[in-house]
Amino acid sequence: MKSGHRRPGRTWGQIKRNWGLYALLFPAAVLTLLFAYKPMYGVLIAFKDYSPALGITDSPWAGFKYFEKFFHSYQFSSTIKNTLIISVYSLITFPIPVMLALMVNQMRPNRFRRFFQTVSYMPHFISTVVMVGLMMILLSPSTGLVGNLYSLFGKEAPDLMGSAGWFSSVYVWSDVWQHVGWDSIIFIAALSAVDPSLYEAATVDGASRWHKVRYIDIPMLMPTAITLLILRVGGLLGVGFEKVYLMQNDLNATSSEILSTYVYKIGLLSSQYSFSSAINLFNTVINFILLIMVNQISKKLSENSLW
Amino acid sequence: MGVLQPAAQEKTGKIKNSRTSDTVMEFIMYVIAAVFLLILIYPLFFIVIASFSDPSAVAGGQVWLFPKGFTLDGYKELLRHDNIWTGYRNTILYTVIGTVIGLAVNISAAYALSRKDLTGRKYISLYFIFTMFFNGGLIPTFLTIRDFQLYDTFLVMVLPFSVGVYNIIVARTFFQTSIPGDLWEAAQIDGCGNLRYFARVVLPLSKAIVAVLGLWIAVGYWNSYFNALIYLKNPDMYPLQLILRNILITNQMQSGMGTGEAAQIALRLANMMRYSVIIVATVPIMCVYPFVQKYFNQGVMIGAVKE
Repeated sequence: MKSGHRRPGRTWGQIKRNWGLYALLFPAAVLTLLFAYKPMYGVLIAFKDYSPALGITDSPWAGFKYFEKFFHSYQFSSTIKNTLIISVYSLITFPIPVMLALMVNQMRPNRFRRFFQTVSYMPHFISTVVMVGLMMILLSPSTGLVGNLYSLFGKEAPDLMGSAGWFSSVYVWSDVWQHVGWDSIIFIAALSAVDPSLYEAATVDGASRWHKVRYIDIPMLMPTAITLLILRVGGLLGVGFEKVYLMQNDLNATSSEILSTYVYKIGLLSSQYSFSSAINLFNTVINFILLIMVNQISKKLSENSLW
Repeated sequence: MGVLQPAAQEKTGKIKNSRTSDTVMEFIMYVIAAVFLLILIYPLFFIVIASFSDPSAVAGGQVWLFPKGFTLDGYKELLRHDNIWTGYRNTILYTVIGTVIGLAVNISAAYALSRKDLTGRKYISLYFIFTMFFNGGLIPTFLTIRDFQLYDTFLVMVLPFSVGVYNIIVARTFFQTSIPGDLWEAAQIDGCGNLRYFARVVLPLSKAIVAVLGLWIAVGYWNSYFNALIYLKNPDMYPLQLILRNILITNQMQSGMGTGEAAQIALRLANMMRYSVIIVATVPIMCVYPFVQKYFNQGVMIGAVKE
C-alpha cells in the first residue's frame, strides 16, 4: 500500500463512490449509538443523586458519595472476594479446551471423531435456565443422580447446590462440562491451519506423535490462546449474571453474591439507581484497566496483543 | 459464479507412524476420549429416561440405563400448562424475528468493514469494538430503553441488542479471506454498485457464515431470559425460558399448596414435569444444530482464526 498524504478531494471521492458501503454500515452504527453509546452517557448518574423526575442532566451532583458508600458497605469485600474467586477459578480451567483440541486433532478424521465433536458441542446449546435446572435435579442429594450414586456406595451425598463451600466448584465445573467442546472449536481451527509438510518433515526426522504435539501443535496454538486469554482476563470481574443469579439460594448466599447480582438487586429490585451504577462503573473500570495491563504485558513477552 | 465458491479443503490424513510409543499414546487417548464422552452424554441420557419413568423409581435410584415404570404423565401434565405454550409461541417469534434482524444488521456491517477501500475503516471498527469493553451498565441501559418507550414492548426483545460485535468480527474476517477482491473490480467494470454486488455476488458466496451466525444468534434468542426478566412486565409476553425458570428453579408450582394427599400428587406431577420440560425446551434447538454443523469448518474456522 502506498503511504503519504491522501488528498482530501480523493478521500471524499472515495466516500461518495462507496456510499453503498456506508449504507450497509448504517443500521449497525445507529443501533450501537442508541443502545451502547447513549447508555454510556447515563453512567454520569453514578456521580449524581439521580431522580427520575429531574432526569440525568438535571439531577444534582453527588461526587463520589456512592462509591464511598460501596467501599464502606459490608458487602464490598465479600462481593469482590466472591467475584474474584469464581473468575480466577474459571481462568484456571482455560487450558482444558486447548487440551481437548490437541486430542481431537490427534484423532483420525473418521466417524468417531465426528461423533465425538458433535456430542462435545451439544451441551453448549442448553440454555442457562435449563442448565441450572438440570444441575438442581442431578445434584440433589436426596433424589438426584449424585445422591443415587452416593447411596450406591452407602454414603451420604453432600448438598452441592445448597452449600456455600461448594458453590464456586459447582459453578466452574458445570461451565467446563457445558462449554469445553464448544470452546475447543477455535483451537481445532487453528490446528487445521498447520502446514502438513511440517508434520512430514518431523516424521522424516524421527519425531514421535508426542514430539509433534509438543513442538508443532502447541506453538501453533499459542497466538490464539494468548488472545483469548487476554480477553478472559479483561473480563475477570465480569462473571456473568445469568447463571450465578439462577444458582443463588439462601443456603449458598455467603459465597454466591457477586458484583453483577449485587448491581441487579440494588438497582432494579430496590431502585437505588445511582448506587447501583456506581458499583457497575467501578467493576467496568477495573476490568478495563486489567485488560490494558494484560495486553501490555503480553505485547512485551510474546508480541501478541489485541491492538 | 459456481467456480468461485471457496474451496473447502479437507485436510489430508497425516502420515502413519507405527512406532509403539505412538500406539500406546493413541490407546490412552481413545480411552480418555471415551470417558469424556460418557461424562458428557450420561447426564443428558439420564434426563431422557427419567422423563419417561415413574418418579418414585427415579428418586429411589432405580433408573440407570432404561426407564422404569414407563409413563407419559410428565408430558401429559406439561400439555395442561397454557403458559408453556404461550411461552413457546413467544420464543419462536422472538427467535425468528430477532435472528432475521440480527443477520441483516451484522452481516451487512461486517461486509462493509471487510472492504479495504472503506475510508475510515479503522475508526469505524474502533467505534464498534470499544463497546465490547466498555458499556453503560445495567441501570443506564435500562433507563435508555425506558426513555425510548421500549419497556414491555415486542421490539425490546428483538432490536436493541441485535448488534453483536464479536459476530461482526468473525464475519468480517470470513469476507476478507474468502471473497476475492478481483470480483469487486470485475463487477465495477460491469457497472455494478456496492449494494447490488453485496446482494447478488457476496451473499450467495457466503452461505457458510450466514448459516453459522444465524445459528449463534438464534440460539442466543432461544435461550435468553435476562432481557425478558428486566424489560418485560406482561406475563403474556414472557418467553419460554422465563416460564421454565419458574417451573424448574423458583418452583412456583409447589408453593401455595396445602398438605395431604392432593398436595402429594401435585408435587409428584411437578417433579415429573421438570424432566419433560427440559426435553421439550431443549430438543428443538438441538435439532437445528447438526444441520449447520457442516458449515462450522468453513464459517467459524476461517472467520475466527485468521483474526
